[in-house]
Amino acid sequence: MSVGKILAVILGSSALLSAGQLSAAPTASMLGDTCAGCHGTDGVSMGPATPNIAGLSETYFTDTMLAFKSGDKPGTVMGRIAKGYSEEEIKLMAGYFASKPMAGTSQELDAAKVAAGEKLYSKNCSKCHDENGSLADDDAGILASQWFPYLTYAMEDFRAGTWEMPKKMKKKVDKLSDAELESLLQFFASQQ
Amino acid sequence: MSKINRRNFIKIAGGAAAVSAIGFPAIAAAGGKKQVVIVGGGTAGATAAKYIRRADDSVEVTLIEPNEHYYTCYLSNEVLGGNRKLESLKFGYDGLRKHGVTVVQDTVIAIDAAGRKVTTKGGKSFSYDRCIVAPGISFRDNIEGYDEAATKKFPHAWKAGAQTALLRGQLEAMADGGTVLIAPPPNPFRCPPGPYERASQIASYLKTHKPKSKILIVDSKDKFSKQGLFTQAWERHYPGMIEWKKAADTGGGIVRVDAKAGTVSTDFDDMKVDVANIIPAQKAGVIAAAAGLTDDSGWCPISGKTFESTIHKGIHVIGDAAIAAPLPKSGYAANSEAKVVAAAVVELVNGREAGTPSWVNTCYSIVAPDDGISVAMVYNLVDGKVAKVEGSGGLTPMDSSPAERKREVQYAYSWFNNITHDIFH
Repeated sequence: MSVGKILAVILGSSALLSAGQLSAAPTASMLGDTCAGCHGTDGVSMGPATPNIAGLSETYFTDTMLAFKSGDKPGTVMGRIAKGYSEEEIKLMAGYFASKPMAGTSQELDAAKVAAGEKLYSKNCSKCHDENGSLADDDAGILASQWFPYLTYAMEDFRAGTWEMPKKMKKKVDKLSDAELESLLQFFASQQ
Repeated sequence: MSKINRRNFIKIAGGAAAVSAIGFPAIAAAGGKKQVVIVGGGTAGATAAKYIRRADDSVEVTLIEPNEHYYTCYLSNEVLGGNRKLESLKFGYDGLRKHGVTVVQDTVIAIDAAGRKVTTKGGKSFSYDRCIVAPGISFRDNIEGYDEAATKKFPHAWKAGAQTALLRGQLEAMADGGTVLIAPPPNPFRCPPGPYERASQIASYLKTHKPKSKILIVDSKDKFSKQGLFTQAWERHYPGMIEWKKAADTGGGIVRVDAKAGTVSTDFDDMKVDVANIIPAQKAGVIAAAAGLTDDSGWCPISGKTFESTIHKGIHVIGDAAIAAPLPKSGYAANSEAKVVAAAVVELVNGREAGTPSWVNTCYSIVAPDDGISVAMVYNLVDGKVAKVEGSGGLTPMDSSPAERKREVQYAYSWFNNITHDIFH
């Protein structure tokens, strides 16, 4: 590409940008309220599969959206939607949902699996997913009370390698059987 | 002649409204209680009512809606496919009442933009500082003979409820080996992928219960929404069952019906089919034209930022009735538009400027019990107009895996649960 062409591209894109920047950024609630159609009012999902996003830490929300945007995290519609937002807008949304209280879900779960999951949790997951996966103040997301199908999809993606696990997590997950992982996810889903 | 008269009248009325609009906000600010009247309690109207109250509960919101219950059009194709009960689409207004919305069951027959007053069939009138009109769609007379009686013989089922039940009943009564004709409308219309999701859902029912039957789509267009994905799904799940005839094949689709004779006709052919789903061309809901809010297209022109009518000041039009393209006429878009307008109206009645808008649309189509497809897009305001955010959005990839398609179905159900809760609770 010639210097002239590069310049033309840069000038062209900056012209586009400035046209788009004529108005101020939308407010956090203006941005956040558009998510409610799928993620529920204030980020509290009615299920059965779309995850709760209320109460997520700002770090986790921002990292996840940026990973959707770049394609590092697989998704169905979320990658397509995340591409519509600037990092600034994503941070506004992150602050909005971090300020919303997380809410419990009511799901049909298997009590025996939940009990088995609790033991596995203490042994394998509790160091990073503190307080039964309910603590938002880290980069681990909220697993407590999350919709079970969503947790299952996430684990499928982790194991398929399409969503990269932290090394410590991968070491643990690789050692667990399908049934053990299911029990673990049932345990997290059961937490209120 | 009458058309010219009406247009002249609108010009005069519009002029008067523009004059009064200059003086009115001052009066409203001095007058204490701020009043918003919402015409229509569908997806757009009901969402706006709730979100205004959420943002500022000092604003008095009156929602006027003729029906006691609302049946969502979205997911009504699953009722036709036998995969869902009609009752699951039914929502009432008690949730809105809990937010302090005054819900009036009545029909608005006139909106006086200059006097800022809404009048109902029941003889009541309501003053407003801002009015939000969300009347959905009404049908055009583009199909000869498609009168009220013909809708019983050839249901449109494009407003969910009794019409959905009627069409489902006809499908159930049809013998194996029968033909179901679907006549999709010309653009623009409510739910662009809807007729094709409908074909898919009906096919899923026929495949199991009446496998020798056929579906014939006689379109008034030469292409349609999510066409590649639908065509792929039909070949994959229902090979040989669905035939799509584009407008060019039939000289423009269905142009005439005869309910007594039981025939539906193109310009070239009269056809007798077992079940015919006739979806007429559309325009804004009846009150929009009566209130002078429509242009020659039959839809309502609006400003992109606040969805305020460009014809009458002080009235905002949202949902299917508005000319909001590139936003589609979809449930998600109606919900998204309503929130933008709710925020804008709260600012405006408080004497402040409306903020920068942001919209999203996501439309799912369930093409088989475990196969869902979608289209999504983020929109912003560029040069005062709604614009697609470049690089965002798009369709389910043609090569997405069966597992991903299955997830999309679960996300579609989640979308339904969440959006209806967001609107009505």
